[in-house]
Amino acid sequence: MILGTPSAESSKLYAVTVSEGDPAWAGALAGVPLNIPAFHVLEPDVKDAADEAVYDTEIGISAMALEPETEEIIESLTEVRNGVTA
Amino acid sequence: MDFKGKKVIALGERDGIQGAAVAAVARSAGAEVVLEMTHCFV
Repeated sequence: MILGTPSAESSKLYAVTVSEGDPAWAGALAGVPLNIPAFHVLEPDVKDAADEAVYDTEIGISAMALEPETEEIIESLTEVRNGVTA
Repeated sequence: MDFKGKKVIALGERDGIQGAAVAAVARSAGAEVVLEMTHCFV
């Protein structure tokens, strides 16, 4: 899954839900670990894999707008992929 | 990370980056986008 979420909190919520199951135990995915790895479109791994022209056109301006949050977003998703969700 | 041939869910958010933009990036990386959506929590 590749996310375009605007904050570390929302990114982590999606990532935990599709990897370990709904952390709020409220939805259909409660207790259902799908083990789907979640990345954010602003992560260097995604940017490096994408076509540079397409990335600049589609993400460029949004990336600038989300720049203050980017580091936290990447950190939160890296933690989830490494199994740290507390 | 190599996305070539991988199936990808592109999930955007209105206040962040639109799903269509995320999907375009995923396709340009060689992934197959199986679901594309943009959520809005307003």
